[in-house]
Amino acid sequence: MAAMTKALPRRLVGLASLRAVSASSPEAAALQNIVSTPVKIKLIDMLSEAGLSVIEATSFVSPKWVPQMADHAEVLKGIQKFPGVTYPVLTPNLKGFEAAVAAGAKEVSIFGAASELFTKKNINCSMEESFQRFDAILKAAQSANISVRGYVSCVLGCPYEGKISPAKVAEVTKKLYSMGCYEISLGDTIGVGTPGIMKDMLSAVMQEVPPAALAVHCHDTYGQALANTLMALQMGVSVVDSSVAGLGGCPYAQGASGNLATEDLVYMLEGLGIHTGVNLQKLLEAGNFICQALNRKTSSKVAQATCKL
Amino acid sequence: MGNVPSAVKHCLSYQQLLREHLWIGDSVAGALDPAQETSQLSGLPEFVKIVEVGPRDGLQNEKVIVPTDIKIELINRLSQTGLSVIEVTSFVSSRWVPQMADHTEVMKGIRQYPGVRYPVLTPNLQGFHRAVAAGATEISVFGAASESFSKKNINCSIEESMGKFEEVVKSARHMNIPARGYVSCALGCPYEGIITPQKVTEVSKRLYSMGCYEISLGDTIGVGTPGSMKRMLESVMKEIPLGALAVHCHDTYGQALANILTALQMGINVVDSAVSGLGGCPYAKGASGNVATEDLIYMLNGLGLNTGVNLYKVMEAGDFICKAVNKTTNSKVAQASFRA
Repeated sequence: MAAMTKALPRRLVGLASLRAVSASSPEAAALQNIVSTPVKIKLIDMLSEAGLSVIEATSFVSPKWVPQMADHAEVLKGIQKFPGVTYPVLTPNLKGFEAAVAAGAKEVSIFGAASELFTKKNINCSMEESFQRFDAILKAAQSANISVRGYVSCVLGCPYEGKISPAKVAEVTKKLYSMGCYEISLGDTIGVGTPGIMKDMLSAVMQEVPPAALAVHCHDTYGQALANTLMALQMGVSVVDSSVAGLGGCPYAQGASGNLATEDLVYMLEGLGIHTGVNLQKLLEAGNFICQALNRKTSSKVAQATCKL
Repeated sequence: MGNVPSAVKHCLSYQQLLREHLWIGDSVAGALDPAQETSQLSGLPEFVKIVEVGPRDGLQNEKVIVPTDIKIELINRLSQTGLSVIEVTSFVSSRWVPQMADHTEVMKGIRQYPGVRYPVLTPNLQGFHRAVAAGATEISVFGAASESFSKKNINCSIEESMGKFEEVVKSARHMNIPARGYVSCALGCPYEGIITPQKVTEVSKRLYSMGCYEISLGDTIGVGTPGSMKRMLESVMKEIPLGALAVHCHDTYGQALANILTALQMGINVVDSAVSGLGGCPYAKGASGNVATEDLIYMLNGLGLNTGVNLYKVMEAGDFICKAVNKTTNSKVAQASFRA
C-alpha cells in the first residue's frame, strides 16, 4: 500500500462528457431532441462553474448517425468559454474536424478501438482504415495548432470479440500517441473490466506510452468503475473521464448503466485528499438540472444519498 | 462513444460471451485459465469468504414487511449458491424491528444445508436464549464505534453495550456457540461525523477479547473512501489478527467496491454483502445501502480470487427476492444481465 501514497497524483483533470447524452443508449435514441440546445448549453456552463477543467461539449458527427448531436455548432458557439477550461469535441473524420474548427473548437477527440470487430460495427471500417482517417485529422490539427485527444475503446473487453489482449491495447495506444495525440483515454467500453485486468492492461500500455499521457474511461455497467479507477490511480494515471449524474446507458446491455458518475468519482478523490478543483455541491446542482431536464433519475449514488427524495 | 445504434442488433452472442469468460462464470475453480491467472493482483488473499447479510441487514432496512415464507425461500436459495455463511435473522424485539418479528419461524423454517452456517443477531441475553431455543448455532453482537450512535440505536452507551455483549458472548462460548462481533460506524457516524481509527480499534479489541471469533468493521453510512478505510484498518490490524477481521461496506456513496478492494489489498479476506444490494440507508432517504453480493462476486471473480460462490445462482436468488418484494435490484451486474 505504500505504492498508493507515492502514486497518487496531487492534481486530477476530470472530464465530464455531455456526449453521454447522445443516442448511444436506446433510451436516449427514443428521447431524441428532448434535450434542447439551450439546455445543453446551460449544462455545460454549470459544469464549467463547478470547476471542471475539461468538458467534452459535443460531437461533430453526422446527424444521420447521432441525431442528438445535430446542434453541435450551436452548442459550441453558445457555451461560455471559461478561462482555464478546455472544451474538446469529437471529430470522427476530416469533414467533422473542419466543421468543428469553423465553429471555434480548439481541441478535438478521435475515437479508436482495440478491437477489429468493434471498429467494423461501430464506424464501418477496419482498424487500419480508421488510422488513416485519424492521420488525416491529426495532420490537419497539427497545422491548425489544435490539440487532439485519442480514445481507445474496448480496452478491457469487447462485446463482439470478448477478451482483448493488453498487447493489442498497447499497440493501438502507441499508434495514436505517435501520430500526435497528446493524451490517450483508455475506455472500458462495456464496463466488464475488474481491477486485475485494468492493472495488466495498464502495465502493457505504460511500457509504450508515458503514464502522464494516459487517462482511463471506465463504464459502470457491472459496478466496477470506481474500483477500476482506483487501480488506475494506484498505477500512476492522473486523468479520469466521468459523466455528470452517470449519464448515458449501455447499448450492449439494455437497462444497464454506463459512465462512471462524476459526483461519485469526486467524492472518492476528495476522500483520498486528491485535489480536483471541483466544487461537489455545484456539480450536484448540474447533475440535478440535467436529470430534471431529461426526466430521469440520476445514476450517481452521491446524488441519490444527498438529495432527500 | 461513436456511432452505436446499429451495433446493438448485431450483438448476438453477447450473453454467451460473458458466460464464457470469468466476468460472469461459475465458481473460479475449474474455470481458471492460465491467461487469466496472471491478472491476479499480487498481495491479495487467495480465498475470500463472503458473509451474506441480505436476509438480515438487507431486509431489515427494507420498508416492505416481507412474508415469512418468502424469507425462508430466499435463504434456502442462497444456501444453494455456494455461500458458506448466511445471516438469517435478528432476535431483537419486534417493537424495534418489525421486519424481524418472525425470527423464530424463520430460524426453524429454513433448511440448514451442510457446510453452511446460519448466524443470527442477538442484542442481549434474552434474544440469545430465544435464538438457541430456535436452533441457532452461531450468533452475532452489534457494537458501534460511536457513542451517539450506540445511544440512538440501542439506547445505551458503548460501555453498557459491551457489558450486555459480554454476557451474551460468555453464554455462547459456554455452549460452544461461535460469536461474531460487528462494529458500526467504523468510517463515520451519522451523528458524530468523523470517527477516529483509535476508537474503532478500542471497540474491536473489546469485542475480540471477550471472545468474538471475527470482527466485522462496518461503514454503516457508506461515507468511507479508500483512504479512510486504509487508515482505519492499519490501526485495527495493530491489535487484532488479520484472520479475525472482516469488512462490511455500504454503497450509499458508491464507494463500497473501491473500499473493499483497498481492504483486500491489505490482506482482509472476509467481506460482508447483501444479495441485490438489499436494504436502503435509514440515514439518507432514497439512498442505497449494502454492497450487492453479485457485484462483489463479479469483482472477486475478475481478480481471480476463489469464493466458492456461483454468481448465476446468486443472481437468481436476487431476482427472486426483488420480484417478491416488487423492487428493482441494486446490483449493477443483475441490471446488466437481466433485461428488465
